[in-house]
Amino acid sequence: MTATIEKSGSQGGVMSRQSKVANIVITILLWFGAILMVFPLFYMVMMSFMTKNQILSAYFSIIPYPWVFGKYQEVMQKGEFISGIVNSFSVAIPVLLFGGFTSTLATFAFSHMRFRGKNLIFMILLSAIMMPFAAVMIPQYALFSNLGWTNTLAPLIIPGCFGNIGMIFFLVQNKGAVPNSLVEAAKIDGCGYFRIYWKIFLPLMKGAVATQLILWFMGIWNDYLAPTIFLQNENTWTLQVVINSFNSYYSIQSDYALIMAASVIALAPPIILFFVFQKYIIESIAISGVKG
Amino acid sequence: MPAAASQLPRKKRKIGKMAMKEERTAYLFVLCPCIGFLIFTLGPIVFSVVASCTDWTGINDLTFNHFQNYIDLVSDEEFWKSLANTAIYLIGIPIGMFLGLILAMGMNRRIPGVRAMRTMYYIPVISSVVAISILWAWIYNYDYGPLNLIIKALTGQHGPAWLTDEAMVKVAMILFMVWNGLGGTIILDLAGLQNIPRVYYEAAEIDGANGWQKFRYITLPLISPVSFYILITSLIGGMQVFVQVQVMVPDGGTNYSAATVVFYLFQESFKSGAMGYGCAIAWILAIIIFILTFVNFKFQDKWVNTMD
Repeated sequence: MTATIEKSGSQGGVMSRQSKVANIVITILLWFGAILMVFPLFYMVMMSFMTKNQILSAYFSIIPYPWVFGKYQEVMQKGEFISGIVNSFSVAIPVLLFGGFTSTLATFAFSHMRFRGKNLIFMILLSAIMMPFAAVMIPQYALFSNLGWTNTLAPLIIPGCFGNIGMIFFLVQNKGAVPNSLVEAAKIDGCGYFRIYWKIFLPLMKGAVATQLILWFMGIWNDYLAPTIFLQNENTWTLQVVINSFNSYYSIQSDYALIMAASVIALAPPIILFFVFQKYIIESIAISGVKG
Repeated sequence: MPAAASQLPRKKRKIGKMAMKEERTAYLFVLCPCIGFLIFTLGPIVFSVVASCTDWTGINDLTFNHFQNYIDLVSDEEFWKSLANTAIYLIGIPIGMFLGLILAMGMNRRIPGVRAMRTMYYIPVISSVVAISILWAWIYNYDYGPLNLIIKALTGQHGPAWLTDEAMVKVAMILFMVWNGLGGTIILDLAGLQNIPRVYYEAAEIDGANGWQKFRYITLPLISPVSFYILITSLIGGMQVFVQVQVMVPDGGTNYSAATVVFYLFQESFKSGAMGYGCAIAWILAIIIFILTFVNFKFQDKWVNTMD
């Protein structure tokens, strides 16, 4: 991705003085915009180190005086907060393991196996993506509540384990990564389908699968609407629900530094993952737009 | 490849039994997502259609109430208000698309640090909406929020009541949404721009085209499929705005001036227990989303350039 950016720029050949000036102006404007974009988040981090007096001051300031480092420790000592983190991971890990398995297995069938009704089944599944969550969440709540799941994390875990249709759709679009001839050759050699999936398909697709799993993790981690509806028991709240309740609870005490510290921790995992895997993540997002 | 393809029909007849086995295995492999679809999507959809015609509260029996929920919706002021607010928030979409395209075009030049910049613009997109809504609620704070403190320092005047004023709360929400989504638009536009072959621009330059003409007759038509994708996904997402309202204005705003349809639906179903009514609202919302999407696909040939 980045290589193409640089290449497409340099292919322009000798730049005129005018376009050099234009480039400098554009660079400055773009950097100004970029700083403006991250400034609120930077301010949030700074605020988590400020005293209450500084936060509730009539003058705008960015740098904490004095620096107070205790808020992160204080947050990490709150039982609800720790249980929020544990709950979020307790949802994400089984969903990504089982859901990742069922999704890739279905992807393999849709892209490399012959069966009647393949396209029809695929289209029907695809229609689920177009269904707004708001339209199904009320009956889902009734279902989970009748099953007695609303005191547990099951409403967030079980549906995910059946697979992620968005991920299947994306991976089927990328089936070119596994040459059909290779799969056909393995079939003729009498290799079982599960073995083909496990030994050929998965290793060749691992980049795309890993990217999709990372994006899925971000979705689970950041999700608020489903947890807030389905989790009736405070002990099962995921981190996003916990920080929202922190927000209402501690803003009454004006403990904004604590709220911001909690929010910074809640923001961290997806941002760290993004920094590490950004090349793949950006590529996969960009493909979804170009392919439509 | 052609050789392999011509062999296929013959092989297929020969291994009929194996094809049967392949089919059975394939059905097994796609079984899980299909069951998940039946239980967690199709079942709820059917149930929701039925429940939307009843006074269901989540515990009582479903008894048909002659579409009373839908009739009530027509004269439900809060519903219309939340629908209007949702529509007003959509103004953020063209603003974001315009800004995103301009910024992506800037980044598509040879400029130092494009990678770092792209990351910076993208961070809000992957951020937890709850966390950044908490942050922006503070930014918009009337007395101590940084925005009003900066306005005060620059103009000497006290800034507006961002979250309690009926008009300003909409500006505040739109500003938040543009900030939140801009990076996504940029990444998609940038990928689209890089897909435009440079020879088109070179040919246009030889023909003496100026900057505006190159933009109008090359960039704009060739980026239109990406813009179409952004428009569709933003509309679908924009109709379902919920979290930022719930976090920043938990009461729905002064005179319900900030509430969205999903916010209202959430309140009715899960706070007031009117689940049948909630299902009716959900269906109206789903139908609006379908119509918006359909209309967009219908009119896409008016402005979306399809090369193939």
